[in-house]
Amino acid sequence: MGHIVELENVNKIYGTNHVVKDLNLTVEEGEFLTLLGSSGCGKTTTLRMIAGFEEPTEGSIKVEGESIEEKEPFERDVNTVFQSYALFPHKTIFDNIAYGLKMKKVPKDEIKERVKEIMKLVQLEGFEKRYPSQLSGGQKQRVAIARALINKPKVLLLDEPLGALDLKLRKQMQLELKRLQKKLNITFIYVTHDQEEALTMSDRIAIMHDGILDQLGTPTEIYESPATKFVATFIGETNIFDGMVSLVNEDDVQVTIENGFISGKAEGFRFGEYITVSVRPEKMKYSDTHVHGFSIVGTVKDYVYVGSVIKCIVALPNGNELKLERLAGQSLPEIGSYIYPYWEKEDAVLIHSRENSIFEALDNITLA
Amino acid sequence: MKREKKTKRIKAVSVSFCTLIYLFLFLPISVIVVNSFNATKTKPYLSWKGFTFDWYIKLWSNSSLLGAFANTMVIAIVSTILATIIGTLGAIGIYRYKFRGKGIINGLLYIPVVIPEIVIGIALLTIFSKVNIPRGMITLILAHVSFCVPFVVFNVRARLAGYDKSVEEASMDLGANRVTTFFEITLPIMAPGIGGGALLAFTLSIDDVIISYFVNGQTKTYPLRVMESIKSGVAPDVNALSTIILLGTIVLVALTQSDILKKVKS
Amino acid sequence: MEKSHSKHEWRANTLPAMVMVGPVTLVLLFLVVAPLIFVGIMSLCKTDEYYNVVYDFTLVNYAKLISPDYLKIYLQSLLIAFFTTVICILLGYPFSYIIARTKSKKKTLLYMLVIIPFWTNSLIRIYGWRTFLGSSGWLNSLLMLLHITKEPVDMLYKTGTTILGMVYCLIPFMILPLYTAIEKLDTSLLEASSDLGAKPVKTLFEVIIPLTSSGIFSGSIMVFIPCLGYFFVSNILGGGNTDVIGNLIERQFKSANNWPLGAALSIILILVTLVLVKIYQKLGGDMDSLGV
Repeated sequence: MGHIVELENVNKIYGTNHVVKDLNLTVEEGEFLTLLGSSGCGKTTTLRMIAGFEEPTEGSIKVEGESIEEKEPFERDVNTVFQSYALFPHKTIFDNIAYGLKMKKVPKDEIKERVKEIMKLVQLEGFEKRYPSQLSGGQKQRVAIARALINKPKVLLLDEPLGALDLKLRKQMQLELKRLQKKLNITFIYVTHDQEEALTMSDRIAIMHDGILDQLGTPTEIYESPATKFVATFIGETNIFDGMVSLVNEDDVQVTIENGFISGKAEGFRFGEYITVSVRPEKMKYSDTHVHGFSIVGTVKDYVYVGSVIKCIVALPNGNELKLERLAGQSLPEIGSYIYPYWEKEDAVLIHSRENSIFEALDNITLA
Repeated sequence: MKREKKTKRIKAVSVSFCTLIYLFLFLPISVIVVNSFNATKTKPYLSWKGFTFDWYIKLWSNSSLLGAFANTMVIAIVSTILATIIGTLGAIGIYRYKFRGKGIINGLLYIPVVIPEIVIGIALLTIFSKVNIPRGMITLILAHVSFCVPFVVFNVRARLAGYDKSVEEASMDLGANRVTTFFEITLPIMAPGIGGGALLAFTLSIDDVIISYFVNGQTKTYPLRVMESIKSGVAPDVNALSTIILLGTIVLVALTQSDILKKVKS
Repeated sequence: MEKSHSKHEWRANTLPAMVMVGPVTLVLLFLVVAPLIFVGIMSLCKTDEYYNVVYDFTLVNYAKLISPDYLKIYLQSLLIAFFTTVICILLGYPFSYIIARTKSKKKTLLYMLVIIPFWTNSLIRIYGWRTFLGSSGWLNSLLMLLHITKEPVDMLYKTGTTILGMVYCLIPFMILPLYTAIEKLDTSLLEASSDLGAKPVKTLFEVIIPLTSSGIFSGSIMVFIPCLGYFFVSNILGGGNTDVIGNLIERQFKSANNWPLGAALSIILILVTLVLVKIYQKLGGDMDSLGV
């Protein structure tokens, strides 16, 4: 497996708006890479720079080791599936799908054969003569995918392709896309704001936030060891504690927070450092008495039933709330009772806070 | 029961009111159509003397009237084509690109729409005579282009408002260059707006009296010929020609309308 | 890097922008802006005894504009335009409302029926009115046939006749924007108003008219302004008794042959237009609703 797409120090600035900041990203051949982030984080701009619709203000983009910033979109061997599908309303489904091949001046017989083949692959047989306005959202989606895939692009770029579909159809299409990608062995770069979608489909996820690549990793890495507070909160549900390292032991630290102190297993943290601790609701435990390393106390406020899972809301003295998650049927404390929340130290994720960089910078100034 | 009665009464009033308005709108036209079959031979050709097709036959020997009509058609066709090309390119260009002076161009487009035609007419007359362009076919076409272009721009722009630019990106993404994309994608999708604009331009051109009146020189258009003959009472062959034109436009528009509707529904 | 940037910029933006916007810019500059500026210049020129334009600065044309005869015609012109506009609103609003709100499948046809008459040349249609209203016209024949009158009633060459002709020529420019505005109106708002206890008349004034006022404004502009210039309507139906500003201008260019004075009169029309358009914009009117 080689590097198929390489972005080096890519920056995009619109006027005073710095949309993508110093982005370095390498996409491996044949992988399913998702750019994940909330709207305005720069993920779509990144995709559009790879497609050639936008030019990077700075930096280089390579496909198979070759610089492509000079190339027009129609000169690039990448294809895009658009969020709005962008089907040509005045062309039949056949003509829509055949468009790329027609532009490459592929012989008519071959076009016919390949369109037929791809339409079968995306289960659209029989729709050749229809117009886009006569199709449902899901069918339009398949056409958009077929239209891009038929050109056998080196990379397929997908810009929130399932955003307009309802939940059930979206789930189904997620699996189907994944199947297509495996079968055709084409590199997919997929943009979405839906973290669940990213976790289900991707080989690797790149999480972007305010134009910065926060973390790049497999879904498991991202879920289990988020690198920033943003990643921790963006992916899945979690309990966040901001505090300061107040005690450094051999392989764990104690963190002072507003409501007391908590502990986690970690290395490489300094005394006095600002820190964020993230604990998933399903990892939360509780006790009737003090647990070593923890001093927080809370009141059980409410239960929320979510399918087979029960969420227990615990209020802390300062008004913050914690969530505990249990499978239905497991025992839980009564509403109104006092509990001592805690967790196994290795279940907590400790994240260096961004605020530290400010203090470090200040330190450096005084030292100098 | 009471409510039903009330609704019925409102409906009756509405229907009769609208009927009256339609009568008002169609009254002078029916006068023209009926008079085109009027057998009277004496000026001012008003009193009804029985039914005849004579005026339609006579029309074919009235070479000055037919010549004026031919002029009108040539001017309308040429200026519609020019105005449609210029207006379509302009509308898409203004919509798509950022450039200095865009606001000014947008503002200037409204001038021919809001300023009374007579002002445009005399303004063109004065400048044409100043720069010594002989008044005739050329000045008529230039004048008609100038007042048709904004209407084409507005029509195409109305279509562009709901236009998803990503189809063009999709086209380029699939390997079509800018020129191919323009002809394969942009133009066909814009077709209803362009067609509407062209139709409007054509209508404005054939109907124009005021501006043509000032810039025509010796070239007479059909409306100008009508204007001349009004003083002496319009001969029924003019009525006959008007009736034919009315029928022609109805058929033409019925055809284009149904064609446009068929093409793009979304 | 910098170089490739500008090359891409040229291919992707500058060149296509020039090709597309260039022609329309030329048309506007040479066939709209330049002629209008030239009218301004001409209005400040003198004429010699043979009515040739002499390019010599003078304000004499503007001095002539305030003669009592002219002032009378401006006033008459404004009154005709005003009454035309009011009648167009009074007839056009209920009409547009009814056809825009109809649930009939023939809605498009009803709409097209408003436009179809205007494919016949406006002069011919105005002449049709003259034929209908003239002393030996249809209406008089009908009145006499029914013994309502003995003598033909003189209906031509009156201010009212000119207003009728103006209303006839310009009412589609009122109906079309009104239709568009009324069609956009969300029915649930009317239901909400009624649900909250408003009687139909209250709903009309509290909800319907405020929400469709844009149509009334743009329709009024599209009716009032042309009215000042439609000289042929008052020529044919008013017989010279009901001149509008357009007649004054036409006369200077066609018979009196005093172009500079005609140019100065045109400047009045331009100013009136500008003032009305400014008021329109102040009232929140959208320029795009004019024209199409």
